[in-house]
Amino acid sequence: MSSSAQKAPAEFPIPIETISPPRSGSPRSKVGPISVGRTVHADTPGVAKVGLSEICLSYRAQSGERLLALDRINLQVRAGEFVCIVGPSGCGKSTLLHLIAGLHQQTSGQILVDGKPVQGTGTDRILIFQEHGLFPWLTVGQNVEFGMKMKGVSRAEREEKTRYYLQLVHLGKFKGSYIHQLSGGMRQRVAIARALATEPDILLMDEPFAALDAQTRDLLHDELERIWTETGRTIIFVTHNVREAIRLGDRVVLLTFRPGRVKSEFPVELPRPRHLEDPAVARAAREILDELRDEINRSLEAEYNEGVKPHIKTSVEPGVQV
Amino acid sequence: MKRAARYIIFYAALFGLWTLLAELKIWPPYLFPTPWGVGEALYAGFQDHTYWIAIRVSMERVLIGYGISVVLGMILGLGVASNKFLEETMGGLLVSLQSLPSICWWPLALLWFGLNQNAILFVVVMGSLLSVTLAMEDGRKQMPKIFGQAGRNLGASGFKLFWYVLLPASLPFIVSGLKQGWAFAWRSLITAEMLYLSLGLGQVLMMGRDLNDMSAVIAVMILIIAIGYVVDGVVFKGMERSLQNKWGLTSAT
Repeated sequence: MSSSAQKAPAEFPIPIETISPPRSGSPRSKVGPISVGRTVHADTPGVAKVGLSEICLSYRAQSGERLLALDRINLQVRAGEFVCIVGPSGCGKSTLLHLIAGLHQQTSGQILVDGKPVQGTGTDRILIFQEHGLFPWLTVGQNVEFGMKMKGVSRAEREEKTRYYLQLVHLGKFKGSYIHQLSGGMRQRVAIARALATEPDILLMDEPFAALDAQTRDLLHDELERIWTETGRTIIFVTHNVREAIRLGDRVVLLTFRPGRVKSEFPVELPRPRHLEDPAVARAAREILDELRDEINRSLEAEYNEGVKPHIKTSVEPGVQV
Repeated sequence: MKRAARYIIFYAALFGLWTLLAELKIWPPYLFPTPWGVGEALYAGFQDHTYWIAIRVSMERVLIGYGISVVLGMILGLGVASNKFLEETMGGLLVSLQSLPSICWWPLALLWFGLNQNAILFVVVMGSLLSVTLAMEDGRKQMPKIFGQAGRNLGASGFKLFWYVLLPASLPFIVSGLKQGWAFAWRSLITAEMLYLSLGLGQVLMMGRDLNDMSAVIAVMILIIAIGYVVDGVVFKGMERSLQNKWGLTSAT
């Protein structure tokens, strides 16, 4: 485990005007070495599953000035890879997932899925929200079959797959329950089943376990890892919890604080299954946190808002959990 | 049980007071009928089918008119809620129009549609449309954004997104507006029917006045109240209860 990551380009803040317009049919869609951080496995064949090139996102703040939320994000994700994106709150990591999901449009840059530019939402990419986003007017079963119903899958097939995916998340008995009758962890499992039932190639997970208690989260880590192994999906998982990222990811990508840039990438080569309490996991987390220290301080500074730089020496960092 | 007892006591007292006042004959019976006089009128009205026909005609009208209001109101409300320009311009107009009693549309309706069913429907629609529109606008705004995002994410778009996601997601927020719209529709209908020979309950009510038959007038009033109450108690209460059960809310509105 070494952090041989390069620093992001230093000329910040860059003026918005200099952001290059999206290149249509960009030759960058072919995977080469990625521009920041480590290179992905050299034997990646052809086109990456998800390829982000030079993604920028700016928005107009209430004061009228344009703020840059994401700054030239480059990221290639292989098919079947489990990538975790980590950064302090406010680094735009959730926004990045929304862009990949097609719920929002980037200001410039290109998102390719299987080599094709993303245009709007698509059931090949399903997002799992932090607050689950399940539909309270539908039963658990109806929630799970929702995506299939939208696709026009036949009733018989829907029923069969609903049963299968609910069993996969160990909720077979709760098919007829309403969402408010379930615990937080069960809701998140329904959300996972609902996403999987749509049979996406790519699962986008936006801090799905952040609101859960530690025991439930541990269980869901195990389940998610098992489901990932069984189904072979590509997963992009956003979290502010570094240990969680190492517990789950093949690779951990660090984003900087406002504007979000790729600061560095760490391949995680620890054998699976890993445990949150493993010393090896803790060591890796420490390494990443060292790398993140500046960003955390900047995010704290922004949070305290007064420009008073808090002196954080070692262990506890709000914004990022160890 | 206790609640039922209270109801019985209250209505028995009301009934007793009425009987007492009628029996004292302070006013002549043709101005202040006895309860059984009203009961007889009700019986006679149903016996010769006048009330059955009136109820059927009135219900038909209110269902058509209210139905139009709900469909139009939802489209309008969604439009106003999702478009900044419409919200700033039409939003204010809608609120100010709500202060106009629906029967004020009657002269206009007469000239536009002539003395017929369509004029009545127009008044009913104008009476209830605004409530539904404003409720839908409000509901669309109150509805958590995540439902729309999740719906789009799972492949719903256009009409499917509206029908399967946005509409059910906003129901808890618009059910009180729908209820209010129904009340306005029912009132507008009866008012409009009273102004024109039209077979409905409103006309039967006026007929009682023309014939100096106070028992019949009160009998029809009771019918109008009863129908309004039953729809509210059965349809809307049922809807609220089902929403509460599904969403796990203590109160749906």
